[in-house]
Amino acid sequence: MRRLRLSLSAQKSLLGLLFTLPFIVGFLAFLAYPFAQSVIFSLSKLTIVPTGYELDFVGLDNYRHVLTVDPRFRQVFVETVVTMAARIPVVLIFSFFAANLLNQKFRGRMLARVIFFLPVIMGAEISLKMQQADYMQQAVSFSESGLLSLSTLQQLLTTLKLPQGFIGFIFQAINEVPLIIRASGIQILIFLAALQSIPKSLYEAAHMEGATGWEAFWKITFPLVSPLLLVNVVYTIVDSFTAADNALLELIQNAAWMGAGFGVSTAMSWIYFLAVLGILAVTIILLGRRVHYET
Amino acid sequence: MRLNKLLATGAKLVRFGLLVGIGFIILYPLLRQLSAAVMHPDDMYDLTVNWIPRQLTRLNFEVAWKMLDYPRALVNTVGVTVLLSTLELAATMIIGYGFARWRYPGSNLVFALVILSIVIPPQMVMVPLFLNFRYFDLFGLIPEPGLNLIGSFWPLVLMALTGTAKRSGLFIFITRNFFRGMSTSLEEAAYVDGAGHLRTFFQIMLPNAKPIAMIVFLFSFVWNWNDLFYTNLFLPGAKLLQLGLATINSQYNYPWANKAVEGTYIQLVNNAGMLLYVLPVLILYAFLQRYFIESIEKTGLVG
Repeated sequence: MRRLRLSLSAQKSLLGLLFTLPFIVGFLAFLAYPFAQSVIFSLSKLTIVPTGYELDFVGLDNYRHVLTVDPRFRQVFVETVVTMAARIPVVLIFSFFAANLLNQKFRGRMLARVIFFLPVIMGAEISLKMQQADYMQQAVSFSESGLLSLSTLQQLLTTLKLPQGFIGFIFQAINEVPLIIRASGIQILIFLAALQSIPKSLYEAAHMEGATGWEAFWKITFPLVSPLLLVNVVYTIVDSFTAADNALLELIQNAAWMGAGFGVSTAMSWIYFLAVLGILAVTIILLGRRVHYET
Repeated sequence: MRLNKLLATGAKLVRFGLLVGIGFIILYPLLRQLSAAVMHPDDMYDLTVNWIPRQLTRLNFEVAWKMLDYPRALVNTVGVTVLLSTLELAATMIIGYGFARWRYPGSNLVFALVILSIVIPPQMVMVPLFLNFRYFDLFGLIPEPGLNLIGSFWPLVLMALTGTAKRSGLFIFITRNFFRGMSTSLEEAAYVDGAGHLRTFFQIMLPNAKPIAMIVFLFSFVWNWNDLFYTNLFLPGAKLLQLGLATINSQYNYPWANKAVEGTYIQLVNNAGMLLYVLPVLILYAFLQRYFIESIEKTGLVG
């Protein structure tokens, strides 16, 4: 029997293809194909029939319905995209700050890291549910039993005759704090690893040359961490894009299963996807230029 | 000199305060849950009770235990999660190794698709994916109306096996980076000794990839455990903890509690149920936190 002889490079190509074949099949079957279908669905009226489903082409009707008829979509869409976009820089700054904090030497550092990383283990969905199930929180906001409850603070600010918009902003920020912290687990770890990979000798050399801590931060720490800043930006965008407290995703899911139908739901998700893709592209282009790569 | 010392102490105090404050915010919901889970219904309307209930009770846990059908649901959830994360681990290790070691025309493009698969939100393909599994025809091989795979493990298993499950793309990226960072001399030695490519992978490379395998498995376990999206989509009504939790709120009439039950009491049960749900993962984390926290350093993402 003649054995099939392949050149070494062909053999290697074949092996590479063999090992990565599961992904290629999976990508085509469970991502690319449904992705293409979702374009068609968003342009059709989908009805379930006994043998499967039927599609009637309706053109851009679903999009028109979403943008002009649906009472909630526009409002929720704008709110979600704005909240998300506003949260990204805050999450990044916080996680960078927290990573610097955890990178210092102090007793109980391991414990602090364990706690900071806990939100990743607990999962965003369940954390959110916990917050919603916190009946005491709801009760306290009605009563005045807290030592310095939020409502007293609000009264204080109102008596100070501060503008309502400002008070609203402060309370929005206070409400966001736990969300920001909980959305930062992985980013803290990535920044922490980046900080630890910077050789100590660089700082020693800078110190010998008379650089201050401030200068060392901007000339050493920041440039060396910047490639991971980009990674973290992308991760944060993708993460908040699919976050559990995302009202728009809830709207999309509800539209699919108990409302306007599959066609409208896919149309909604397409509008959303394009918006987020836009945000992603703009941030990558803006940040990509400023990132320092070692060559 | 004394000023410097004072400043250093001040900085330490600020740092301590920040750490404690942030830590408290993170632990707050968990502590609240604990407080509510052991609270007797009588204490709910007692305004003097804030954190520590006057009467401790096991009642909430008992009711939650029964409502969730805890032992059975726990076994099911652990089973499904272990199955899925094992498959995901196997698939992503093989695929990651393929990307790390061999190139073929278009392999860069395929790897770009891996990155794309991380970015595409599952909600985008939710409806078509559901319908494809509801009327599964294996690319036209099975005659109409096809098989109904909804309610079986097959959709989740197939996606895990092909590296397209939740965050599989991330794992492929990580394993690829890891294998790329491994020296090729080990493989060359194996080839010289006459081992084939497959044997080299399974007997030489895999045992050396234990640290990364551990990380992938643990993250996959935790993420699968916490997953509500796919289980809701593909396994509606299954006896799983995460699905049972969602129904606690809706079950107002249940025969087990020995008290006349009001709507608000269910919240205490809900709190106890959530603790029962996160407990296994917290125990896992308590023992293996080192792997989670040191994971990023080992993934080759940095430097």
